[in-house]
Amino acid sequence: MKARVLLEDNSLFYGESFGAEGAWVGEVVFNTSMTGYQEILTDPSYCGQIITMTYPLIGNYGIARDDFESMRPHAQGFLVREFAEYASNWRNEMPLAQFLKEYGIIGISGIDTRMLTRKIRLHGTMKAVLTTGDESLQELKERLNTPLMRDQVARVSTKSIHVYPNTGKRVVLMDFGVKHSIVRGLAGRNCEVVTVPYNTSAKEILRFRPDGVVLSNGPGNPKDVPEAIYTIRQLLGKVPIFGVCMGHQLLALACGADTEKMKFGHRGGNQPVKALKTGNTVITSQNHGYAVVKESLQGTGLEVTHIALNDGSVEGLAHQSLPCFSVQYHPESAPGPRDSESLFDHFEKLMESFAQKGESIHA
Amino acid sequence: MPKDPTLKKILVIGSGPIVIGQAAEFDYAGTQACEALKEEGLEVVLVNSNPATIMTDTHIADKVYIEPLSAEFITQVIRKERPDGLLPTLGGQTGLNLAVELARQGVLEREGVRLLGTDLRAITNAEDRDLFRELMNELNEPVPESTIVQDVEQAVRFAEENGYPVIVRPAYTLGGTGGGIAGSEQELREIVENGLRYSPINQCLIEKSIAGYKEIEYEVMRDAADSCIVVCNMENFDPVGVHTGDSIVFAPSQTLSDREYHMLRNSALKIIRALDIRGGCNIQFALDPDSFRYYVIEVNPRVSRSSALASKATGYPIARIAAKIALGYTLDELKNPVTRQTYACFEPTTDYVVSKIPRWPFDKFVSANRKLGTQMKATGEVMAIGRTLEESLLKAVRSLEIGLDYLQLPEAGKISDEVLAERIEKADDERLFLLAEWFRRGHSLEKAHSLTKIDRLFLYKIERLVKFEQELKAAPELSKDLLLKAKRFGLTDRTIGSLVNQTEVEIRALRKESGILPVYKMVDTCAAEFAAETPYYYSTYETEDEVVKGNRQSIIVLGSGPIRIGQGVEFDYATVHAIWAIREAGYEAVIINNNPETVSTDFNTSDRLYFEPLCKEDVLNIIEKENPLGVIVQFGGQTALNLARDLSEEGIRILGTSLEEIDRAEDRKKFEQLLRDYHIAQPPGTAVTSADEAVEAAKKLAYPVLVRPSYVLGGRAMEIVYNETELRSYMDQAVKINPKHPVLIDRYLLGKELEVDAICDGEDVLIPGIMEHIERAGVHSGDSIAVYPPQSLAPEHKKRIIGITENIARALKTKGLINIQFVLYQNRMYVLEVNPRASRTVPFLSKITGIQMARVATKIMLGHSLKEQGYTGGLWQESEMVAVKVPVFSFAKLRQVDVTLGPEMKSTGEVMGRDRDYARALYKGMVAAGIEMPRFGTVIATVGDKEKEEAIPLMQRFHQLGYKIVATNGTAKVLEQAGLPVERVKKLKEGSPHILDLIRQGKADFVVNTWTRGRTPERDGFRIRREAVEHGVACLTSLDTVNALLETLESIYLNAEPFQEPACAAENRGM
Repeated sequence: MKARVLLEDNSLFYGESFGAEGAWVGEVVFNTSMTGYQEILTDPSYCGQIITMTYPLIGNYGIARDDFESMRPHAQGFLVREFAEYASNWRNEMPLAQFLKEYGIIGISGIDTRMLTRKIRLHGTMKAVLTTGDESLQELKERLNTPLMRDQVARVSTKSIHVYPNTGKRVVLMDFGVKHSIVRGLAGRNCEVVTVPYNTSAKEILRFRPDGVVLSNGPGNPKDVPEAIYTIRQLLGKVPIFGVCMGHQLLALACGADTEKMKFGHRGGNQPVKALKTGNTVITSQNHGYAVVKESLQGTGLEVTHIALNDGSVEGLAHQSLPCFSVQYHPESAPGPRDSESLFDHFEKLMESFAQKGESIHA
Repeated sequence: MPKDPTLKKILVIGSGPIVIGQAAEFDYAGTQACEALKEEGLEVVLVNSNPATIMTDTHIADKVYIEPLSAEFITQVIRKERPDGLLPTLGGQTGLNLAVELARQGVLEREGVRLLGTDLRAITNAEDRDLFRELMNELNEPVPESTIVQDVEQAVRFAEENGYPVIVRPAYTLGGTGGGIAGSEQELREIVENGLRYSPINQCLIEKSIAGYKEIEYEVMRDAADSCIVVCNMENFDPVGVHTGDSIVFAPSQTLSDREYHMLRNSALKIIRALDIRGGCNIQFALDPDSFRYYVIEVNPRVSRSSALASKATGYPIARIAAKIALGYTLDELKNPVTRQTYACFEPTTDYVVSKIPRWPFDKFVSANRKLGTQMKATGEVMAIGRTLEESLLKAVRSLEIGLDYLQLPEAGKISDEVLAERIEKADDERLFLLAEWFRRGHSLEKAHSLTKIDRLFLYKIERLVKFEQELKAAPELSKDLLLKAKRFGLTDRTIGSLVNQTEVEIRALRKESGILPVYKMVDTCAAEFAAETPYYYSTYETEDEVVKGNRQSIIVLGSGPIRIGQGVEFDYATVHAIWAIREAGYEAVIINNNPETVSTDFNTSDRLYFEPLCKEDVLNIIEKENPLGVIVQFGGQTALNLARDLSEEGIRILGTSLEEIDRAEDRKKFEQLLRDYHIAQPPGTAVTSADEAVEAAKKLAYPVLVRPSYVLGGRAMEIVYNETELRSYMDQAVKINPKHPVLIDRYLLGKELEVDAICDGEDVLIPGIMEHIERAGVHSGDSIAVYPPQSLAPEHKKRIIGITENIARALKTKGLINIQFVLYQNRMYVLEVNPRASRTVPFLSKITGIQMARVATKIMLGHSLKEQGYTGGLWQESEMVAVKVPVFSFAKLRQVDVTLGPEMKSTGEVMGRDRDYARALYKGMVAAGIEMPRFGTVIATVGDKEKEEAIPLMQRFHQLGYKIVATNGTAKVLEQAGLPVERVKKLKEGSPHILDLIRQGKADFVVNTWTRGRTPERDGFRIRREAVEHGVACLTSLDTVNALLETLESIYLNAEPFQEPACAAENRGM
């Protein structure tokens, strides 16, 4: 079945539908990972977005039971050059097309995804309307006026508190749209993880007597969840905090810094990040469209610990006196390189030293 | 960390001649490295014995030594040049082994030379099987159960404990030389014995076979600050069991989930860190297709064939960055040379699929065993880029130039189901095509998978192509959608036409009418995330085209495609020079080529690189896109010349010698007429269409005669026959004779062969040099030792050669290069062959004469006469120095191939020896070619009856030098009669211990064998020659080579002579 994509700049792409039928308006972003489409589709940070993969063959190894990053896919549209009709891998349970159909995600193949990516690079992230129907061009253009959703965090965050009991440190995880691998990273270090909704108050969180708080990744603009910023501000200094991706942006906002929307963001598994202290550069997994404004950090007590090698943007922060740090990239990988897993160990140490001395190891 | 300021002068070791397992990729790597070092203001000293390389051009390095790659010679260079550092990891296994040897001998320490980049400990940890295994165990990285053996019995014991099959891998060898899979004790004994022999440290690894696992490679880089990146990962189509150099490979991996990808990536990074490698490294894994279990198979702590492929596949210049890292730079200090904005510390991501298919020499070596295993057999490879796997794969297929542009072998239909199943199970060079046949016959994917263990995804892609082909056949009409689908699958207009019963021209017209035209996309390392200006393109059928043209006019140069016997790196050398000349002349130079190993496909070389098949349709598309001033076909060997006809028919301008004139040189009738017109002699000959006619003709011409089909059908080609029986047998088997394709019979003139390369602007003819061949006519010019300047050519003959060359060059209105081969027979000069294009000897002659022949020729094509370029006609002043070109063969890798030299070319590469006199030059050449020249030793002689008389004085000379002569009965008798002491050895049929045992035991230094009649492997001569080759003993099959060798030995080593009174004094006393 024919399908179309209309971009804000009026470019129109034709393709074939291979997922669910329907229409959707969202922000279209590109991801340069060559593997990991299942993790990307199920990453809640993409809530409401339309993803295009720069790698042209998607779906080769199918869908595996253990590669979900949340219970279901959250992206609403998936644009590829070619989807694999046939998937081959020992863990494959169903082909990609079936997966998209089951969850009502629009999939369009046959797109010149490189052209699309170049347009996004040039014009910045754009709105797009996808359709498998036969609306007129005019109708599609009108649909492009639909405002983008701003309540993604509320949509993807847990509705209730739940606990993964364990014997190690107790971590409260503020869920803005957490990826399972963050929980795996904590659980792998024997942490007891208490997952709480994004709008849980500081008082409630502290009632759990946590050893530390993790601020998860999540979709959209961090400024759209002011209640969380307020909560984090309350928590500062009372408990060690580790922010990841949106969690990193929220920590910065809580400390009084600012965030901004990037032209087209960083999405992929090949992003070099330089640790300023050691001078080491590691390859990281990233997915963000917003970034902390470097100039806004002055006077917040936060200092830049990591920068993106290519554009110098802020990739890591640590507080000069309080026990909190954050990274813009994904130490839990999935998809992407696992070079930064040790950040979980670092957080564990931070919790340990805070528990013992009641002070930050940064001090 | 910025570069180390104490480094001022760096020594780079090249990889020597092209052999199977070590091809042009090291010219590419070495050239990049030299450029990267020079950019830093360092003085670069380069040693390489291979003159047909860009890296040995004097402007690439500051000092170039074309000398044998032996510790002895390199030590001399070190003493002379006193470099501060040695870069060991860019010259392949050869360069690495030499560096290790120099370090072990203490030369580096004594002379104060630092090993740059990866240090010796890291190299040995990766290369020494035992140390490597120990390290992997420490790291908890799994390696297959294995043991290191120093003798055969240990190997047998291991196999008995762990079960067959087992894999044998000799330590420190190229391309898996001497290795193999053994399924039984007998096989194991044979392979291990061989392998121990090949390993310079007499070590083999015996490993439990994990055949059937997925084979995955990672190209990893690391700097001194411990930053690591993966440049590229690759997945082999063929599972473990087929050497990766002989496997079809895709990049990136196709069937690995993110978890598997990063599990192996993690392991790769762990290993490169533990080895403390500073630079590039290749790590090969075997991955269980049914679990997360994997094994580390191999680590190469250096730039490799795979890294050249990875560089071309991603655009990331591994060798260049490795060289900078060796100087002390870290990855995050270096800019990504593709984007020029981002940094070298990142992981390239591709938005296309890359396919590599090896190019095997089985078209030349018909008798070779085509089965693929752990020993590499391919001479070269092609790479193709597409946006679908099918498009990429089919582009690679047609890049191979094996007469196919689709997955269809013409003779596949005749194969029985049984044989088909057998041949897909045990991989050979045609398996890809046979799999298509398998699906065409309706056999199942599952059955194919269980036979081949090839991943189902790949099999599915082949099956889908076959199904699509049936869809096309069945379609009532070729709709626009269907045609677009076909193009997106990578089918050529010709293939589509043949499936829907239309001509190529019709499909092309229909396609254009429907607006289905290729677009060209850029290879940019980053999938368009950042802006890049790399002029590196590939075609596909999509929407947006990205080619950015300059405002100058462009000229297209056709490359020479994959390296194969007869068309080697020499042609790439000439191609690169042509590109440089075009750029110098102010035009935009555009190159089309598909060989990932070469300098011509480095995107820095030209103004635009189209990485595309050298196939009519693909080339025409680019020409339409570029609208060039013209196309240059002279430098791309036969590949480009064949295309010239198609292009010319389309009205495209060919620069240089016109097509009609090229035709005059290649068409036998027209050529004969040309020679008659100028009173130039040619060996008498005729064309025949039946066996009887042939016999009649041969009688008139007198035996021996040279026979060859006028049209080669992939079978045997040229042969020298000595009598009627042989002639009839040739006529029977060799060629399917029909009036359209007659067999050519020429008188075989057993004379001195000479060769000339000349440059002509239509009027003046510049002859850079005349080369004399050591082996007499009958040995292919590419396989003979060539000497410059000629050592035994009378002035009048020289004059005649010059005269003939000038006449022919002018008559053909040559604009550019021309190569002529002569034979001097009974004082008369005959012309054997004229090639109106760049020849194999262009780099050799360019280097020794200093005339950049390909550049001068290109400028002529662009309208600048020789005079304008400062040259006058005639023979260039001959140099004082003598240079020899010695061919190098890869026989050890190709079982069942006869090493005897004949009219069919067999060598894969060449080396140059140069010195103040002939003997010294030849000595260097022979040493560089890997022939050991011991002061004394044993020579085994088995000489055919025809040559016995001629052999006596030669053996006499061996005796004089102190060599022991061993011979079989017949030869021994003749030599004894001539008064020579000879030790007898039994012939094969006389039982053990016979001549083969002697060779096996390492008791021979040279084998002289001229039993060349008959080509059947059963023949004793064949077995003796093979035995010699397989045990690394120099085997000489031409008495001319023996003579040359003796001359050298005699002048290099001083002789002990008994004191004798001068003859006149004795006479006086007697009176």
